Amino acid sequence: MLKNMFAALALGSMIFSGQVAAADYVIDKDGQHAFVNFKASHLGYSWLWGTFKDFEGSFSFDAAQPQASKVNVTLKTASLDTNHAERDKHLRSEDFLNVSKYPTATFKSTSVKSTGEGTADIQGDLTLNGVTKPVVIAAKFIGEGDDPWGGYRAGFEGTTTLNLKDFDIKMDLGPATQTVDLIISVEGVRQ
Amino acid sequence: MQWRNSSTNYGVISILLHWLVALAVVGLFALGYWMVGLNYYSSWYRTAPEIHKGVGILLFGLMLLRVIWRFISPGPAPLVSHGRVTRLATKLGHGVLYVGLFVLMISGYLISTADGRAINVFGWFDVPALITGIANQEDIAGLVHEYLAWALIVFAGIHALAALKHHFVDRDSTLKRMFGRADP
Repeated sequence: MLKNMFAALALGSMIFSGQVAAADYVIDKDGQHAFVNFKASHLGYSWLWGTFKDFEGSFSFDAAQPQASKVNVTLKTASLDTNHAERDKHLRSEDFLNVSKYPTATFKSTSVKSTGEGTADIQGDLTLNGVTKPVVIAAKFIGEGDDPWGGYRAGFEGTTTLNLKDFDIKMDLGPATQTVDLIISVEGVRQ
Repeated sequence: MQWRNSSTNYGVISILLHWLVALAVVGLFALGYWMVGLNYYSSWYRTAPEIHKGVGILLFGLMLLRVIWRFISPGPAPLVSHGRVTRLATKLGHGVLYVGLFVLMISGYLISTADGRAINVFGWFDVPALITGIANQEDIAGLVHEYLAWALIVFAGIHALAALKHHFVDRDSTLKRMFGRADP
């Protein structure tokens, strides 16, 4: 995700402002201008949304070399929230994310490829439920610039679809729910 | 048979309360054990937990009645044949069952109400959430609930075995009086 963001940021920077420089960003956890949301189909009848409330990450990108951008995110799996205590408890159990055994999930980018103006595919390794698999996050640069408080920020959105069985998720939720979509929206503060 | 307990026998109320609770406890354990293994597409997936929660809350009410009744009509006197150690073990053992059951039921309640939702009991009434927002409330309450359920069912089994021991080995009236059949 971060790699995507870096790549997109680099691209975005070059396209929008012409100001390009290698920079390190930390995802804004203090102000929580960052969200890792997910949605899964419920029986094929509606979308069930949830979020991971506790995560941190950073990204660095070199506008001159977007493909050298990197992204790292670590989230606490127990921090999931779908606004239903019994469901959240079930999701944290062995049937799903087994959070006592796998308290964190991580994404580490491996490469970034531009896919157009302000968009990029970030390839990386996602470790979830103890399983590491390569995933591609389709990222979009949202914007960047100075903030009113002396900082500089850049924001991205990224999406990817995960196959639950790829990550050894035990409980089968039926034919309509073999995948879950991740929708990530983050803002980084330049260091 | 009398309503109240006598010095040698339990009365109808205590007997009813005891065996209803025993039935509910065993039934709830079996139901709980079975329902957590249900597939998402089982027709019982939602119904079983609803029954479990409803009966659990009714059991809470029954246990409260039981505590109140104990003050109104204390149990029969200890058997003459029961020495100091037996009497102490009895008090402690029964205390563990009472306290354990209350903690068990409250922990179950704290799972479902962790997000502020009330528990609806068979469509008759709602039990509102009183404690919410503890970090990982449903998970901690869930662990307590699961471990205590096992501990209590084992302890209840020991309780039953002890009663049978008194009946078949000691041949005293311990078990008989829980049926109101001890000599007056």
